[in-house]
Amino acid sequence: MAKHATPMLDQLETGPWPSFVTDIKRQAEFRKKNQEKMNYQIPVDVCEDLLGILELSFKQGRTHWKHGGIVGVFGYGGGVIGRYCDQPEQFPGVAHFHTMRVAQPAGKFYTSSYLRELCDLWDFRGSGITNMHGSTGDIIFLGTTTPQLEEIFFELTHRINQDLGGSGSNLRTPSDCVGQARCEFACYDTQALCHDLTNEYQDELHRPAFPYKFKFKFDGCPNCCVASIARSDMSFIGTWRDDIRVDQKAVAAYVGGELKANAGAHSGRDWGKFDIQKEVVGLCPTGCMRYEGGKLEINNRECTRCMHCINVMPRALRIGLERGLSVLVGAKAPILDGAQMGTLLVPFISAEPPYSELKETVIEPIWDWWMEEGKNRERLGELIKRQGFGKLLEVTGFKPDPRMVKEPRSNPYIFWKEEEVEGGWERDINEFRKHHQR
Amino acid sequence: MEYEEAKQKIVEGLTKKLKTKSKFYFNDLAEILGEKPREAKKVINKLVEEGVLEYWSSGSTSMYGLTGTGKQAAAEHED
Ligand code: HEM
Ligand code: HEM
Ligand code: SF4
Ligand code: SF4
Repeated sequence: MAKHATPMLDQLETGPWPSFVTDIKRQAEFRKKNQEKMNYQIPVDVCEDLLGILELSFKQGRTHWKHGGIVGVFGYGGGVIGRYCDQPEQFPGVAHFHTMRVAQPAGKFYTSSYLRELCDLWDFRGSGITNMHGSTGDIIFLGTTTPQLEEIFFELTHRINQDLGGSGSNLRTPSDCVGQARCEFACYDTQALCHDLTNEYQDELHRPAFPYKFKFKFDGCPNCCVASIARSDMSFIGTWRDDIRVDQKAVAAYVGGELKANAGAHSGRDWGKFDIQKEVVGLCPTGCMRYEGGKLEINNRECTRCMHCINVMPRALRIGLERGLSVLVGAKAPILDGAQMGTLLVPFISAEPPYSELKETVIEPIWDWWMEEGKNRERLGELIKRQGFGKLLEVTGFKPDPRMVKEPRSNPYIFWKEEEVEGGWERDINEFRKHHQR
Repeated sequence: MEYEEAKQKIVEGLTKKLKTKSKFYFNDLAEILGEKPREAKKVINKLVEEGVLEYWSSGSTSMYGLTGTGKQAAAEHED
């Protein structure tokens, strides 16, 4: 018998999708049985009380969670998020229910024994409920008590060789796509850059001094598997500046049907014969391709590296050889001003270690500007909107470039300053009147 | 600025405001110190390390307060 009756939560399990209610009930059962005879450090019925308090909230239409807290581990201003409930007598198991953020391995490579270690630690000292790689990208441990925090931190850092991630007004746990480890489209080593910047900016990760959160995300190519363009204040997207490499023989093999388009990914239904004109050339967003007389041509100057043609015919088309990355800035999910995508700031920059150019000409000048000018709880994207893209160019020293403009009107105008214009704003009115009547 | 002088400024500045609020943004502290954020951060880190200040976090935003002050600490029996 469950500790609390939860008819409203039970109803959530009846839909077509797997339900978190089912997962938490299973974990509640697991803790009660305790087959491994674990000496639980937090209440055994934490999961049942979690379900109970949620049911109560549903019934009353009000939350029983307080907001925020002073808890943390010594010297760190992030990585732990205090959560307390305001019904501790009724639900003692969740009187404290703190969240811990744990840095994930770059590229999310795990061994099963490492995963088991993480889970054992969390069963022992926490609720056992995890949220792996949600929109933060990191490992999230949900629900423990204040006395456990330092213990868990010690185990993580001394035994499991892992650090806490970022929360609050910090650099958040940087997050990357699998990159060159598995993916032929990767234009730079995302894991190396993610790891390097994580180590370089430890102080920014653990000691909050920013106006608000700041996220780095790394995508090896414009396919954007970690959606850096939509989810990070600074997004690093792999690109190339020479030409797409074309293997005409392989093009012919796609046309002839010997090679399957999209590596066979859409073969579940009969879409008919592969039509290169319709499915590749016709879908190129810049119209820069031509297929004539059995030959595929690309006007690389116009190509925006959207990846479409390469995704469809990966054996025939490959990323260029002169590789680096583009930096986009200012994406955020809605809080104050609505959702916003990243804006291109650096069209191409080297992605070779030690990444000095990236750190010194992009990351640090932007932080200096935002730390000084940003209002409390203002994201970088909002500051760019408030002070203008031109101001961002000024603080970084990059020159305005047509590639920064998506389209007139929806994209910020970049204004000239008086000293940049010959003759300034003043004119000789007498000279003017010689040509124009009043 | 000398550390002791900075500490005094922060403690005085925050104590004065205690009647109305107990949690402050990083920028409020930098302003009290009259320093740019990067300089202010060095002192503020040290004040946390020494237990003069403590962090408070909503999860998405971080703030600072004099250790043990404010409603939260009392309500959570942690002062
Ligand atoms: C080189 C010449 C010109 C330049 C650089 C120019 C530039 C502009 C700009 C920057 C705007 C503002 C767009 C906005 O609303 O954000 C504008 C609006 C407008 N211009 Fe011109 N313009 C030029 C010539 C002309 C001429 C010759 C006419 C008419 C005979 C004209 C009629 C208009 C009108 C009616 C608008 C308002 C349109 C609207 O807001 O929808 N423009 N122009
Ligand atoms: C009705 C209930 C809740 C609402 C409306 C709510 C709303 C929010 C909002 C608006 C944010 C800020 C997100 C952002 O800055 O992007 C946030 C952050 C957060 N909330 Fe909640 N929340 C609720 C319940 C909870 C509960 C019950 C927990 C944990 C027990 C929780 C844990 C968190 C955490 C860990 C964050 C930080 C996420 C981050 O900034 O990375 N929330 N919440
Ligand atoms: S973002 Fe590009 S490089 Fe990274 S995994 Fe996805 S397709 Fe591969
Ligand atoms: S990558 Fe995109 S823009 Fe470039 S040629 Fe291929 S389809 Fe066209």
